[in-house]
Amino acid sequence: MEKFMYLFRGGAQSQALSPENMQAHMQKWVGWMKSLGEKGIMVAGEPLQQTGMQVSGNKKVVTDGPFVEAKEMIGGYLIVTAKDINDAVEISKDCPIFEVDGKLEVRPVQKMEM
Amino acid sequence: MENKQQVNELVGHLFRHEAGKMVAVLTRVFGFKNIEQAEDVVHDTMLKALETWKFGKIPENPQAWLYSSAKNKAIDILRRQQLKYKIESDISYLLKSEYTLAPALNEMFTENEIKDSQLRMMFACCHQSFSPEVQITLILKTLCGLSAKEIGNAFLSNEDAVTKRLYRTKEKIRGENLTLDYPGADAMSQRTEAVLKALYLMFNEGYNSSHPEKLIREDLCEEAIRLCILLSENTKTDFPQTNALLAMMCYHVSRFDARLDDKGMIILLKDQDRNKWNRFLIEKGNEYMQLAATGAMIHDFHIEAAIASVHANAGSYEETDWKLILEMYNSLFERTANPMVDLNRCLVLGEVEGVEKAITELLKMKSLSENCYYNTTLAELYLKSGNKIKAKEYLGKALTLTASIAEIELIRKKIKQC
Repeated sequence: MEKFMYLFRGGAQSQALSPENMQAHMQKWVGWMKSLGEKGIMVAGEPLQQTGMQVSGNKKVVTDGPFVEAKEMIGGYLIVTAKDINDAVEISKDCPIFEVDGKLEVRPVQKMEM
Repeated sequence: MENKQQVNELVGHLFRHEAGKMVAVLTRVFGFKNIEQAEDVVHDTMLKALETWKFGKIPENPQAWLYSSAKNKAIDILRRQQLKYKIESDISYLLKSEYTLAPALNEMFTENEIKDSQLRMMFACCHQSFSPEVQITLILKTLCGLSAKEIGNAFLSNEDAVTKRLYRTKEKIRGENLTLDYPGADAMSQRTEAVLKALYLMFNEGYNSSHPEKLIREDLCEEAIRLCILLSENTKTDFPQTNALLAMMCYHVSRFDARLDDKGMIILLKDQDRNKWNRFLIEKGNEYMQLAATGAMIHDFHIEAAIASVHANAGSYEETDWKLILEMYNSLFERTANPMVDLNRCLVLGEVEGVEKAITELLKMKSLSENCYYNTTLAELYLKSGNKIKAKEYLGKALTLTASIAEIELIRKKIKQC
């Protein structure tokens, strides 16, 4: 089994959801997360706050941000285990983020080979 | 793990109900004319909850989490925008100093103050300068946490129309400098009357509309009851008519599960399975009826509740005390001169004095001839009296007067019986 990272972009932030819609959507996520846990393939995952700080260059310049459009903002990540990238993609298709026009990026975690 | 599973289940409508409460509280903090600011804070708070909790970690006390998040956002805004110096509200003096700012916000999110804010908001939404449509729209948006789209859907109107209506209303709030202050003691009963009237209309919209989605209708009724309970619990607004309205709502809602069949078709009172009536709600209705029976004034709501009470407490259709109901309809019609009341009165007359009498009376009513329900009622009575030709004629007319699919289907079914 290999590790894969899901990066979530956009979704509910860029939609005008009502409180009722938000609750329903949230509960779908909780259900999906639970199903990953039950399958034993969930490694880690956390939501991220909307902005933070950026540190860049050899001068280590510190700035606020990033300030990106809601639909491009990374809202959180998840690490799962899967057989291969195709398997990881298949698993991701059940993610509720697609119901609110969000995007999900699947990135294989690079193994350190000695 | 067990514990976590429990935590993962949120109470139904939690987001919606808490959003409504928080908008009321924050509008009181920011002032009525800054209601949009309050709505933005609440939207951000709900979104933050969604984004955080969706990873599976729902806090043990979701309500407290929401309140603390909203409170912090509000304090940020008050500090950052120097809004605290411009706010005109009953607590604005507490917001100006750092000594009192956070404690004042904490206080606003306690149970009693939340209810107080909801009550103030109810009065503000039902201000006399708003039409009944605007009043109900505002109530649903600010106190019930519905979106413009959901409101549009509930009233078979569209999102744009509701958004425009809300926009104009907010301009008016700013223009006329409306506040969330309580009406003075002398105006209290009159202003409560306006609130009750709006809740009554909202309830009826839910109960009588031909909306294809049962859930939406139930939501409107449930929200109206929720707000009416708030009025009943508060000594300022606990008038006999408040409880009478609440009793009426309970009696009607007790029949919710019995009045529609699997396909969403309306089942007439006569044919309803009374075992499906909700006994708990009927008992609640009886309790509120007791509370309503004080004072010297009789309100229309008293009579309507009493009629509903006779129905709810009758063992069967045949055992119903039709004479008593007819008396009550007579007095209700005398008071209101409402043709729909007269229509229902004629139906009851049919039970007491026979179908022919009811038909004669109905035919005298000209003002409702273009009303779908009037025509189906006449048809029903003709059918009962054996005159299938007349029945078919009126059903045909009724067909042209409704756009509701459920109603059209019901009428077509009846025509086949003729």
